[in-house]
Amino acid sequence: MEDFTGKYSIIANALSRRFGNFTAVDKVSFKVKEGEIFGLLGPNGAGKTTTISMLSTIIGITSGSATINGKDVGKEKDAVRKLIGIVFQDPSLDDELTGMENLDFHARLYGVKGKEKKDAIAKVLKLVELEDKANKQVKTYSGGMKRRLEIARGFIHNPKVLFLDEPTIGLDPQTRRKIWDYVQKLNKETKLTIMLTTHYIEEADELCSRVAIIDHGRIIKLDTPERLKDSLGGDIIRIGSDAPGRLAELIRKGKFTVSVKERGDSIEVTTKNGSEAIPKIIGIAQKAGIEVAYTTLKRPTLEDVFISLTGKEIREEGASDTDQLKRNFRFRGRR
Amino acid sequence: MANFLETIYTVWLRETIRFLKSKSRIVGSGGQPFIWLAIAGVGFSSAFVLSGGVSYLTFMAPGIIGMTLLFSSIFSGVNVIWDRQFGFLKEMLIAPVSRVGIVLGKIAGSATVSLITAVVILVVEVIFNILPFSDLSVIGLMEAVAFMLLIPCAFVSIGLIIASTVDNVEGFQVIINFLVMPLFFLSGALFPLTNAPEWMKFVSAIDPLRYGVDGMRGALIGVSAYPVYMDLLVVLASAVVLVLIADFAFNRIEGK
Ligand SMILES: Nc1ncnc2c1ncn2[C@@H]1O[C@H](COP(=O)(O)OP(=O)(O)OP(=O)(O)O)[C@@H](O)[C@H]1O
Ligand SMILES: [Mg+2]
Repeated sequence: MEDFTGKYSIIANALSRRFGNFTAVDKVSFKVKEGEIFGLLGPNGAGKTTTISMLSTIIGITSGSATINGKDVGKEKDAVRKLIGIVFQDPSLDDELTGMENLDFHARLYGVKGKEKKDAIAKVLKLVELEDKANKQVKTYSGGMKRRLEIARGFIHNPKVLFLDEPTIGLDPQTRRKIWDYVQKLNKETKLTIMLTTHYIEEADELCSRVAIIDHGRIIKLDTPERLKDSLGGDIIRIGSDAPGRLAELIRKGKFTVSVKERGDSIEVTTKNGSEAIPKIIGIAQKAGIEVAYTTLKRPTLEDVFISLTGKEIREEGASDTDQLKRNFRFRGRR
Repeated sequence: MANFLETIYTVWLRETIRFLKSKSRIVGSGGQPFIWLAIAGVGFSSAFVLSGGVSYLTFMAPGIIGMTLLFSSIFSGVNVIWDRQFGFLKEMLIAPVSRVGIVLGKIAGSATVSLITAVVILVVEVIFNILPFSDLSVIGLMEAVAFMLLIPCAFVSIGLIIASTVDNVEGFQVIINFLVMPLFFLSGALFPLTNAPEWMKFVSAIDPLRYGVDGMRGALIGVSAYPVYMDLLVVLASAVVLVLIADFAFNRIEGK
């Protein structure tokens, strides 16, 4: 870890949580600096929500410890609750109340009163563009509107540390972009510390100053998105060919690559400078009489980092679909 | 952070807003007692002959108020389960406020709704002369209102205790239905227990509603087995104990 002399907002120390015999979070340790946006990136069931739930005092800790601005989440629950705001992954609105009444309830419980309350509510409603819907019952909102209202609610009481559990799930790209912009703005202007979980690669990449990659309840790597991607050793070239095994062997002999892997009938080459490597590879193939069907070149993403660490995909699309289903199911399950 | 009273008020306010928005709940909680009054009152009145010149309908009138208080309050615990399924419970549990405040707010909210319904029924009973106006006194009415406040506090608490330990609506309803019938029939709301078998009298002695109904009878029609202040003390004591247990049970809920 690099030298850092400032304050840490969140410190987790071998934090664990078991449900029966199943260990959902397994001795997780990390430190979140004051004013940074820290991401937990991982697939479904990795333990992201469980981690956030422990840090925000919603569920108990099985072992280990954690502090928020120096307050112990196990022993000083009220002090911690005063400091934090949270946007839950699952819906948490009162559908029978109007949007305004939901925000008002929250403001009252956090002791935001009078003109301050009015201004705060007006401000967050404007941010998520729900001003004209504010006096309608929440059950008449679309899924995206409900999400925006929940996000707005999390900001009302000016928390010092904000937890966002899959903040933009189920939102359209424009709204998602807008929320990202706002989160960044808020973070810059008020030095708010933000911890978010996501399985959207771009969300982690775009927003987070540092990302912890989590799988099976363990943090397997923690660094800035740039360094995580650099850790792969450069660009990734994919080559489709009729003789992948032989071609891979020949490329390895060329010694200009970081790694060469066969993946079915294609080859994945990692190299410092992708655009220069492609002509070399095609030259090698031609000389050996091997046909190249296609080549693709890309900068590695955090997805690739995840694949290289765990051998599997985060499965962004599939995951968001099931999550959407989960939410819809819950919406319907009421009544 | 909201102080204790603000917490109670905020939670109370939400419960009240929800009730006022739900027309079916308003009609249901107001309509049910009248159906009982009509069917049971007319049907049973020939079956019982009461001493002291009190007509059966008059005897039953405070019982019906007690029934309304019991039903509307004990079932309101289901709101906690809905809140959990909606996820709204998390919003409350994560707030930096005292959980006692939340529990008392919930109890106050449901008790208010029960109290209002009970007062409406009382007024209607007076209008139809089921409760003779000549029997009423200011003191009696004040005593009745005290019962109407304390009885729901006791039964909302029972609902909360069950709701804190059961996490699905079906389970909650099964348990409550199992509890509510004995509580109701053994309270003496519908018929006097003077000729009941000993075991029934014994079970009835631990039913808080029995003292509530008896007290309201004393307060409203001047007929009761125990002195009204005794009834009031018993109901007060059971309410306090049950509120404390409800608070304990609610505190054990995790937000998930
Ligand atoms: N209350 C619970 N009881 C039993 N098991 C649980 C409970 N909550 C979570 N788990 C299990 O713990 C593991 C981690 O769950 P968690 O919700 O933290 O995952 P996640 O990373 O947030 O996943 P997702 O991306 O789907 O939200 C999962 O295997 C889940 O089944
Ligand atoms: Mg989750």
